[in-house]
Amino acid sequence: MRYLPLTPDDRTAMLAAIGASSIDDLFADVPPEARLAGPIAGLPLHASELAVERHMAALSRQNRAAGDGPFFLGAGAYRHHVPASVDHLIQRGEFLTAYTPYQPEIAQGTLQMLFEFQTQVARLFGTDVANASMYDGSTACWEAIVMARRITKRGKALLSTGLHPHYRSVARTMAKYTRDSLVDGDPSLEPGTDWRALADAVGKETSCVVVQYPDILGRIDDMTKLGEACQAAGALLIAVVTEPVALGLIKSPGEMGADIVVGEGQSLGVGLQFGGPYVGLFACKSKYVRQMPGRLCGETVDAQGKRGFVLTLSTREQHIRREKATSNICTNSGLCALAFSIHMSLLGEAGLRQLAAINHARAKAAAVELAKLPGVSVMNDSFFNEFTLQLPSDARAVVHKLAEKGVLGGVSLGRLYPDNDALANGLVVAVTETVTEEDIAAFAAALKEVLA
Amino acid sequence: MTALNPAGWRPEMNAAGGADDNVTFTGNRALMLEEPLIFEIGSAETTGVDFDEAAPAADLGALMRSDPIGLPGLSESETVRHYTRLSRQNYAIDLGLFPLGSCTMKHNPRLNEKVARMPGFADVHPLQPQETVQGALAVINELAVWLIELTGMHGVAMSPKAGAHGELCGILCIKAALEARGEDRRVLLVPESAHGTNPATAAFAGFTVEDIPATRKGRVDLAALKARLGPDVAGVMITNPNTCGLFERDMKAISDAVHAVGGYVYCDGANFNAIVGRVRPGDLGIDAMHINLHKTFSTPHGGGGPGSGPVVLSEALAPYGPIPYAARYADGSLRLVEEENAGDEHPDTFGRMTAFHGQMGMFTRALTYILSHGADGLKQVAEDAVLNANYVLRSLSDVLDAPFAASGPCMHEALFSDRGFAEGFSTLDIAKGLIDEGFHPMTVYFPLVVHGAMLVEPTETESKAVLDQFIGALRSLALRAKNGDPALKSAPHFAPRARLDETLAARKPILTWGEGGE
Repeated sequence: MRYLPLTPDDRTAMLAAIGASSIDDLFADVPPEARLAGPIAGLPLHASELAVERHMAALSRQNRAAGDGPFFLGAGAYRHHVPASVDHLIQRGEFLTAYTPYQPEIAQGTLQMLFEFQTQVARLFGTDVANASMYDGSTACWEAIVMARRITKRGKALLSTGLHPHYRSVARTMAKYTRDSLVDGDPSLEPGTDWRALADAVGKETSCVVVQYPDILGRIDDMTKLGEACQAAGALLIAVVTEPVALGLIKSPGEMGADIVVGEGQSLGVGLQFGGPYVGLFACKSKYVRQMPGRLCGETVDAQGKRGFVLTLSTREQHIRREKATSNICTNSGLCALAFSIHMSLLGEAGLRQLAAINHARAKAAAVELAKLPGVSVMNDSFFNEFTLQLPSDARAVVHKLAEKGVLGGVSLGRLYPDNDALANGLVVAVTETVTEEDIAAFAAALKEVLA
Repeated sequence: MTALNPAGWRPEMNAAGGADDNVTFTGNRALMLEEPLIFEIGSAETTGVDFDEAAPAADLGALMRSDPIGLPGLSESETVRHYTRLSRQNYAIDLGLFPLGSCTMKHNPRLNEKVARMPGFADVHPLQPQETVQGALAVINELAVWLIELTGMHGVAMSPKAGAHGELCGILCIKAALEARGEDRRVLLVPESAHGTNPATAAFAGFTVEDIPATRKGRVDLAALKARLGPDVAGVMITNPNTCGLFERDMKAISDAVHAVGGYVYCDGANFNAIVGRVRPGDLGIDAMHINLHKTFSTPHGGGGPGSGPVVLSEALAPYGPIPYAARYADGSLRLVEEENAGDEHPDTFGRMTAFHGQMGMFTRALTYILSHGADGLKQVAEDAVLNANYVLRSLSDVLDAPFAASGPCMHEALFSDRGFAEGFSTLDIAKGLIDEGFHPMTVYFPLVVHGAMLVEPTETESKAVLDQFIGALRSLALRAKNGDPALKSAPHFAPRARLDETLAARKPILTWGEGGE
């Protein structure tokens, strides 16, 4: 077996050194009835690299890759061009095959990268601090709600109807067991957000208000007034960003008063990967840092006075605090955070702004073309790179028919809200820099045929 | 912004070869290269990405971002150099033995990386129409079948994102099962030797955590456990093999006793590598166990994730598992069971734990690893992992205290304590000494039940020659600690950094660049 270096002679010599007569002796503490004599029956035996690659390649070919044709899906996962150097660098073995940096003297590479990542995220989100990553946006969102409960000592969270339905489902699942009370609902196909209503609803029992920006239908809005209402009521404003590229063009939630900003960092560096692994972003005002979940990297000095970095404030964490920890999270998303950080370093501020402007312009162009089709209208007044179309028929069926014509034409709201007939004709369309004019034309032509 | 590295060169150090021959002009030492932060070398105008068009004008009114963001950019050449230089300040499995106990730092096969990057896996959106992702769903389903077969369990939840997330999944299944029975049991029993994630998870789900007593031999005290069981106990969380490196001989009896009073058995599967292909937890009465794909099944740790933590479930708990999952239908097609169809096909689910469908990028790698090994290779994995650990344990027991050496063979990790070191010398000094010897230290000060614990997990992908060298280095360090060698107290001497001031970092936290007054 190509990954196992021990030779039969090694094994014999080692057993002799141990004083065991056979490998089975080493499993003597396993009850005999649970000890398997041979390989588990009915399963395949070992295979060559060639054979395994052949099998996996065949499975890969049974998928339609996003790059195979016109592609317009978003709804929490976005297809952006990732520079070639990103994937090359994250495959450096010293990054790829390192562990969580528990021994900082020989983990400065990971630690400095995390420090840079934390700074990039905090600046992008307009907050003071950020952590070293969470699993993904949806779990980061839930952790923010729990954090708001710890800070405010209140248990009622108001979720905007524009929050990604999977994020809302995760929160609902968890709230069932933590006995938090959530106020939530489905969005309506209207150009305006529900943020004004949320500002009116914030009260003395409210721990937090959670809004997504841009939201699940692609809408963007100013959260300043909502932030003020939260502050007046002693509640926290949590902003969720599932498309961080947007913040190259539009104001950060921190600038508009958000207390905690969480997000999905997949757009930068990580790729689509059928939904994971992604990278959860978690940032907040510095006064809340000791209530944050997850790992934090901090600057310090070594015994010779040289600058260095360590994991810090770990008295919040499970390996120290056990049942009193702020979260049970341990392994997070280090390598995806690295990919995010490298992509962000390559872009820089100028590149991010340009990328965002191109995304927005491309999406506007697509919206104009698609709105020309009979029976089709764009629901949004304003959007970044994603908008919602109202179709004359159920969008679920349309999506499948478009796929038959070689166009992956967005995410139907019926897939996301299967029980809500009022949303059935909605189609969420994302348009990034990877979309060409020809793609838009092909989408419009295919949609016209499907709706005819 | 200064372009100079504050950690290295300073004007007053301008006399390389002066008072201290070890000081260089740059702060570098040949291949040991200092590297500034991106904020010290980049600029807001620089970018390493070219676009085919100028930035179009946008009009989003008051929402337009006008103030500087403060994100430095680097050219591609600077980027490649920055991260390559940073990477060289890391230790990694690719460089040598990484014997962190309970972390299973084994070789990460490169075929896995190649497969994960195939366009049909890497460039696929999670919400594509399902007829366009049958291969991706087949990967999830095929891996699920393997995990069920390897553990002898009834079902598996694939969506948890990492081990701790998997623990939460298992505990929520238990909670849902209890609720379905109309019972409000509040206590979870967890041994003191458990990973910190166990009690943290239990508390997160609203349970009260109580200790399970252990015997002096390092195993669960079955009699004391039985005495504590009762109608308020929801279940137990047990790590098997346990963190003392021992197999819980009484596991089946423990499961039977817990089941007899209506509780459930959660098993922390972090140490599954010791028994994969050789023992099926399902045969021991387990109800739920997470599997760290980033441990047993070789997906890379990446400096702290991503992980993946599928949870295998017994027949009693499987109905409550989370959505979504990939189901195969009679016609051979695959479909996700998600919000739309869960009501018909998986009505008792406790719900969704994460957006989308789990760590696909880890599934492709883990399945590739499993297919490479097959049932025979995986059995060999467990055997070699256990052999290597016992070899380390017995080769050092004359110089290091092994508190449970008399309790039987260890499984895939060897546990030592700091007993017998000279006054003022501790486990930390051994760890830092190992760094100078070119090894990553073992897990230190865990499990908590052993004073100055050192938990060594070599894994099966190390050769005898590497183990012999490691044993020699650890023997030398143990003797130095016993003899009170002062040079050991200031180790590491040859790493990119000397011991770092963690107290300072926590007392005056600097978590982003610029906060420190730069």
